Amino acid sequence: MEPISVIRSRTVVLPYDDVDTDQIIPARYLTTTTREGLGEAAFADWRYDAQGEPRADFELNRPEAAGCRVLVAGHNFGCGSSREHAPWALLDYGILAVISTEIADIFRSNSLKNGLLPVVVDQQAHAWLLANPGAEVSIDLGARKVSLPDGREVAFPIDGFSRYCLMNGIDQLGFLLQQEAQIVSFEQNRPWQP
Amino acid sequence: MSAKSLFAKVWDDHIVVPESDDHPAVLYIDLHLTHEVTSPQAFSVLRERGLPVRRTDLTLATMDHSTPTLPVRSFKDLEVVAEPKAAAQIVKLDKNCAEFGVKLHGFDSEYRGIVHVIGPELGATQPGKTIVCGDSHTSTHGAFGALAFGIGTTEVGHVMATQCLLQRRPKTFAVNFEGQLPHGVTAKDMILALIGQIGVDGGVGHVFEYRGSTIAGLDMEQRMTICNMSIEAGARAGMIAPDDTTIEYLAGRPLVPQGQAWEAAVARWRSLPSDPDARFDREVTLDVSALRPMVTFGTNPGMVVAIDDAIPERSDANFRKALEYMGVTAGRPLAGHPVDIVFVGSCTNSRLSDLEQAAAVMKGRHVAKGVRMLVVPGSQQVKKAAEARGLDRVFTEAGAEWRESGCSMCLGMNGDTVPSGQLAVSTSNRNFEGRQGKGARTVLASPATAAASALAGSVADPRPYLAN
Repeated sequence: MEPISVIRSRTVVLPYDDVDTDQIIPARYLTTTTREGLGEAAFADWRYDAQGEPRADFELNRPEAAGCRVLVAGHNFGCGSSREHAPWALLDYGILAVISTEIADIFRSNSLKNGLLPVVVDQQAHAWLLANPGAEVSIDLGARKVSLPDGREVAFPIDGFSRYCLMNGIDQLGFLLQQEAQIVSFEQNRPWQP
Repeated sequence: MSAKSLFAKVWDDHIVVPESDDHPAVLYIDLHLTHEVTSPQAFSVLRERGLPVRRTDLTLATMDHSTPTLPVRSFKDLEVVAEPKAAAQIVKLDKNCAEFGVKLHGFDSEYRGIVHVIGPELGATQPGKTIVCGDSHTSTHGAFGALAFGIGTTEVGHVMATQCLLQRRPKTFAVNFEGQLPHGVTAKDMILALIGQIGVDGGVGHVFEYRGSTIAGLDMEQRMTICNMSIEAGARAGMIAPDDTTIEYLAGRPLVPQGQAWEAAVARWRSLPSDPDARFDREVTLDVSALRPMVTFGTNPGMVVAIDDAIPERSDANFRKALEYMGVTAGRPLAGHPVDIVFVGSCTNSRLSDLEQAAAVMKGRHVAKGVRMLVVPGSQQVKKAAEARGLDRVFTEAGAEWRESGCSMCLGMNGDTVPSGQLAVSTSNRNFEGRQGKGARTVLASPATAAASALAGSVADPRPYLAN
């Protein structure tokens, strides 16, 4: 995983609330046994028409969306299934951060494990971002702040451990493996065995 | 010591390393359930790093998601009935389990089935355990007073390698159901009503504890239906305190403790219910005494109404987009809306009592002309029990298809799909756009409502069918 410090990009806006992981990647693409190449399937049912051609009216297909690395989404983005294929697909597509007023628990957890930054901002900043697609923003993970083009800085929460792992490109399995002695001790000393 | 909730007791009992400002808690996992779709990349990580599955004795695998529901006795059959990538994924699970020493309930097992059906059926699901699976409906197992939640594939790898997960402590949310459930109204209607009231993000960051007189009166299968859909309200987990009903259900199951160990386990389980003055971060109460059958009309489970109530009118873009996708009209009830397909199955509603509920409506009647109905038992055990009671004949004589167990039409990845533009009344858990196949329209309902709709050929109230 590449270390993340600052993400600078124009935004692409998907203004719908409750975008679920079946939209981010439909179930029929989940028969893969690897994590590569899922960008093609990102938002497949919204992105392509019945003939498999890109739909011109879909927000991510508009010419100005090309190359945007930051997705501004409606409230409660990523609800539904636990499929990690959702952040894999978005990352492979080229998205590095999702900004919303709420990001569903499992999707958020999966994103943090893969270097897709979940950014939860206040309603006022969110409303501005929804109304200004293509805005040039800068997300500073170290400072936990999003800078808007008018100079405003908007704070976002992220737990310190996840931030440390993302900024250093560390995967969390390494930390867990270091807890082996405590895990063994727990197993030996617990009052009942599963 | 201060009063503790059921959640707090289970959580505190599994802390290997407490959480701090520097890192989340290291939480021990007592049971890891796994299946073909969210495990292959995790096995690959173990292989790349030279790690074993740390506790194969606490790991259990089955095939359900991409697995066909047409009869398959061998991998040779699989090549015929399954799409090649799905078949390859199933074969991969078999190989991974053999290589890493994980117990798999494959095609040769009489216990194969949907992961959230077989865990309880085998007695692997027990009160006070922490249970995870790479599937969001792992919340189902909370019906036994376990702390059970869905995880992503990276975390599947964490559990395989260390039997632990890094977790921040969630908040608690008491959901009280009070009153006598009217005839023909079920657990499915209760959970849909809750999601309608608090919204699909109402439980984000929280663990539900379902409580109250209605919950106490439900059997285990109905409790599982309720806990199953906790995730549809945004909560990762939902729990119900173990009681006599729980213990009676578990007694004699293959994987429960035996002899003195059973007595000790029961004594421990009896201490799990929340202390009387336990505090919750949030609380809501629903009176079910006037509850009616509930149906969804939109593209998330929070867009739900009573079957004879008008679909509400709202002007926002999300709402209009959903109604347009579904082809339904605000201001009119959903009852009477034409139906193409009816699906009874999924980890929400595929257990014996769910099938009995549907059969009670259908016995001696016939599916309406032009409607396809699929009934898919949740496991091979459910299939066997249903056949012993003649339920399969009730369905097939009514014109429905009777299948092998699996996730089937709940999600369009195993060959069972709803064609684009068609409307399905489904006992599953998600009515998202395209969930049952590209362009498919889904109405979520109870098994009784689904069965009545199959007979009527349109969304229908089950209560008149149950009355005579």
